[in-house]
Amino acid sequence: MTLTASTVPAEARSSARPRWRRALRAWPAYAAIAPFFILFLCFGLYPTAYSLVLSFQKWNGLGAPEWVGLDNYVQLVSDETFLLSVRNTFVIFALSTIPMMIIALVVAAMLNNAVRYSTTLRIAYFVPNITSVVAMAILFGAIFGESFGLANALLNAVGLADVKWLSSPFGIQLTISILITYQWTGYNAIIFLAGMQSIDSEIYEAARVDGAGPVRSFFSITLPLLRPTMIFVLIVSTITGLQSFTEAQVLTGGPSTTNPNSGGTGQGGLTMVLYFYQQAFSHNKFGYGASIAWGIFLIVLVFVIISWRYSVKREDPTR
Amino acid sequence: MSILASPRPQTPRRAPRPAPSAGNRRRRRLGLYLMLTSGALLSVFPLYWLVVIASNTTSDIYKSPPKLLPGSHLFENIEAVFDKIDFVAPLANTLFVSLAVTFLVLFFDSLAAFAFAKFEFPGRDALFTAVLVTFMLPMQLAIVPQFITMVNLGWVGHLQALIVPAAANAFGIFWLRQYIKSAVPDELMDACVLDGGGFMRQYVTVCLPLIRPGLGFLGLFTFISTWNDYLWPLTILTDPHRITLQVALAQLQSAFGQDYGMIMAGALLATVPLLVVFLFGARQFIGDIAKGAIR
Repeated sequence: MTLTASTVPAEARSSARPRWRRALRAWPAYAAIAPFFILFLCFGLYPTAYSLVLSFQKWNGLGAPEWVGLDNYVQLVSDETFLLSVRNTFVIFALSTIPMMIIALVVAAMLNNAVRYSTTLRIAYFVPNITSVVAMAILFGAIFGESFGLANALLNAVGLADVKWLSSPFGIQLTISILITYQWTGYNAIIFLAGMQSIDSEIYEAARVDGAGPVRSFFSITLPLLRPTMIFVLIVSTITGLQSFTEAQVLTGGPSTTNPNSGGTGQGGLTMVLYFYQQAFSHNKFGYGASIAWGIFLIVLVFVIISWRYSVKREDPTR
Repeated sequence: MSILASPRPQTPRRAPRPAPSAGNRRRRRLGLYLMLTSGALLSVFPLYWLVVIASNTTSDIYKSPPKLLPGSHLFENIEAVFDKIDFVAPLANTLFVSLAVTFLVLFFDSLAAFAFAKFEFPGRDALFTAVLVTFMLPMQLAIVPQFITMVNLGWVGHLQALIVPAAANAFGIFWLRQYIKSAVPDELMDACVLDGGGFMRQYVTVCLPLIRPGLGFLGLFTFISTWNDYLWPLTILTDPHRITLQVALAQLQSAFGQDYGMIMAGALLATVPLLVVFLFGARQFIGDIAKGAIR
């Protein structure tokens, strides 16, 4: 019994055999896709559905869960710490995504014009994305350390005062944003570069004949034609940026902290997912944690839809 | 596109730009490479700084102005890491988990992708759409119940809690399906059928040899992201003797935070294997990541 490849005309088989016979004959294909679906049912769909149930319950993991209806959600929308974590997350998101997109575009445009050493340069720009977030967060903790850090030493060298990078809420947010920008700018530049290289060079030639310089070409040709790539990058950055956890958890989890998952000074580094983690696993509030997770999911979903519609609507301002 | 298609009468058409003179062009290229190189240096600088701190004594690091060059204490610092905590087990655990997940993902994802790309069966398109939909579910939604499941299975603190749920994923199936569609010609599949080959023989003798580069990319990608995983291992690995590198690093920092030289030596140890693996296939890897994004 063998399975025929898809080149065999489909009609020839479908007319001859009923659907269930074809399904039976195709058993190896079903067997091949089964592992993924079995794993997904056990470790994807089932836990997700279960977390919806949990979010209506109060449970610390011991004893019997107590059904509390919408209480968790009512508590969530008036939980000031959660609202603070939402604000923190959006500040970090804005402080990292905006510079990241701009720098990545500039780097990509420059790489697009570089012929020699292009592979070496690309690898150099890409490397920050490979290194582990935990290791880099620890390193950035040292670089942005208060009294002996390199960042403040550099500031002092040019006559500026120390910045409280890790002991003020805004300083923490800034440091986390710099770390995220550092790790993702090169990655996004490589993706922008691929988008730029798929633009037909004849368009640039035509623009040059019409008298457009490189800067004009960049704004009038490259940027508009890069829009699909930019939407992709923006949406991926939104999804990952709004769910940042490791950077904040490690940067604010230094040796002097008594409560490791609270987000540091003034809870400045408390992101939404860090708050979720704190509630669910430091305080064993499984039900409330599940409702926070659903809250985060809704916020991310709404934000992705907004950035999607905004970028699609803006698609043709000139037309 | 539309800017070129619709000529604007209000702006007077400028004369064609003359090609820049040779001297001008050279100056412009010099400026370009100057900026690109400084950016690239800035990009690798933190790694250099990691080496600087990891190879100096902690008291040297606290000096003002700080030392800017690598010192000679790298091996003492590495020794201190192994003295302070059990660093061998996390290293071995991380290597084992990353290799196991990579192998399983490559096997299960390529099997499923092969079926989706090359065979017709009732419900195929609906099932493939289902694969894509699973992309949408964010991880933290599942974590709490997943933790409870692991408690019930008795897997809390064990490495299979990291391996089994990660053994197949939607991204790999999606990516390899595209790859197989363009890399495996139907003629070879048919020839294999005429030879009496079944599904598995087609998979092993026709598909696998042709998609090796694609498997290389997915393998590298899976290995790197598994190596760097933090949230789930932190949650589930409750036994301090059975943790991964990233968790060990975070513990090292919160326990001995002031001993920078030693901690950075640990961070360096956790980073170097990744860099080696990455540089091994960097050229193709970067190309494939970009291709996947603009497709």
